[in-house]
Amino acid sequence: MEYFFQQLINGITLGSVYALIALGYTMVYGIIQLINFAHGEFFAAGGYVGVIFMSYLLSQGAPAWVCLSGSLILAMAYCAMLAMAVEKVAYKPLRSSSRLSVLLSALGMSIFLQNGLMLTQGVYDRAYPTELTQGGFEFGTVMLSYMQLFIVSLTAFLLVALNFLVFKTRIGKAMRSTAQDKIMSALVGINSNRIISLTFAIGAGLAAAAGIMVGLYYGSVRYDMGFVPGIKAFAAAVLGGIGNITGAMIGGFIIGMVEIFAAGYISGEYKDVFAFLILIGVLYFRPSGIMGENVDDTRV
Amino acid sequence: MSEPILELRDVHAGYGSIKALKGISIKVMEGEIVSIIGANGAGKSTTLMTICNIVKATAGDIYYKGGCINKVASDSLPSMGLCQVPEGRRIFPRLTIEENLDMGAFFRNDNEIADDMERVFAMFPILRERRRQAGGTLSGGEQQMLAIGRALMSRPKVLLLDEPSLGLAPLIVKQIFDIISEINKLGTTIILVEQNAKVALSMAHRGYVLETGNVVMEDEAKKLLDNPDIQKAYLGE
Ligand SMILES: Nc1ncnc2c1ncn2[C@@H]1O[C@H](COP(=O)(O)OP(=O)(O)OP(=O)(O)O)[C@@H](O)[C@H]1O
Ligand SMILES: [Mg+2]
Repeated sequence: MEYFFQQLINGITLGSVYALIALGYTMVYGIIQLINFAHGEFFAAGGYVGVIFMSYLLSQGAPAWVCLSGSLILAMAYCAMLAMAVEKVAYKPLRSSSRLSVLLSALGMSIFLQNGLMLTQGVYDRAYPTELTQGGFEFGTVMLSYMQLFIVSLTAFLLVALNFLVFKTRIGKAMRSTAQDKIMSALVGINSNRIISLTFAIGAGLAAAAGIMVGLYYGSVRYDMGFVPGIKAFAAAVLGGIGNITGAMIGGFIIGMVEIFAAGYISGEYKDVFAFLILIGVLYFRPSGIMGENVDDTRV
Repeated sequence: MSEPILELRDVHAGYGSIKALKGISIKVMEGEIVSIIGANGAGKSTTLMTICNIVKATAGDIYYKGGCINKVASDSLPSMGLCQVPEGRRIFPRLTIEENLDMGAFFRNDNEIADDMERVFAMFPILRERRRQAGGTLSGGEQQMLAIGRALMSRPKVLLLDEPSLGLAPLIVKQIFDIISEINKLGTTIILVEQNAKVALSMAHRGYVLETGNVVMEDEAKKLLDNPDIQKAYLGE
């Protein structure tokens, strides 16, 4: 039983990461029907900006909360701008081209960004300063580390903030209306290019936060770290019903949970397989996902 | 006579190789209801979309309040007072009624938005009842009311209406047209595109007849109604 609770905590932690990444896929898909293959690279870039700035702050003797929040904000802002630049250069010129061309452009961007990271940061793992979040609470043999607490509470905060932004603010309404009808949105005065750009920025910001979390949690980052979590988060977005914000959150937690429990109870070596099995299963049996196509739904 | 509030001068437009407008000239004076009638595919919707710069004019000029608006971005026009209720209504299906109306006032920053929404609700009480319901769940007539209400939220000077009666029962059509008349009396200039030529012409001041991308006739609405050719071709008499 204790083992179960431990796995539950670990599953929620991992699920947080997938949920944050999945949101970027789902929001971009919701607004321009593009599977942004380059999205995982924002997660990796965020991890790197995080470690670079965190180490710097630490070397300057900044307190732990400053190191964490400072690097978090910087990484999120950096990736938001990077994503807006990527959108402008690689996707916007193809707005009226076929979906395949945009998809290929996304694939190209992914390769470009990943290699950029490799060339500038090297091919080896880069260690995160782990001393910031050591320790935790122990309940018998069940351990809730400060790190996990940090990840889960930060994720909860970001998810609540995102929900508020998308469903309660004027700019959020503009995002949803742009997703639903771009011409009509223009006719009521919405600049859809700006909204699309903003959507990329938000998605990449969330992915950057996830990158720092993963760096802290596993202790290091690597230039190609965006690939596997990227696909798993994509699976989460599809599971939740691609384009649906609540769905992406739920899907992220399910994939994280399944992965941890499958690794714990079935096989650790095949843990990566389960997300893809779910992806195939969903595409086969229910392509619209868990939250797809309800009337009062939470699609963008 | 004063300057027209909206004027198209020899406007051409199309979709790729399809030429939908082949030199259209239209004048609309402030306070008028101008009706544009014509058969399917004549270019009525294209005319409205070209005014709003959704479809680009390939030649000719469009003037609004004395300035050329050919190059003005579509999303800047609502704040200038030019607003369209497009064909098919295009309400946002997954936004609530209230949110749809909010979107009509998207560019506004004043504190009278809530008052304006009250006014729309007074005009269309059914919308108030359904305010928290998704727009996509409304009936066709209700969607048309919502689309008009959303446009009113922008406080338009010139309102372009594309077939507001399409697919509606006669009783609802009458209700919608009464409201359009009322909006006009309150000072909004209206361009009314309609298949339902009889009703449109009987409420309009002037009318234009479009045929395959050309204006083939323009006159006072009454005279068009009395014109035997028009009666035969568009009024089913
Ligand atoms: N998106 C489009 N792509 C290509 N051709 C189009 C498009 N929209 C309209 N057309 C063509 O342009 C011409 C004018 O169409 P338009 O929609 O303006 O006609 P309309 O007068 O509004 O007709 P209706 O009464 O059926 O609404 C038609 O020949 C139509 O086929
Ligand atoms: Mg039409």
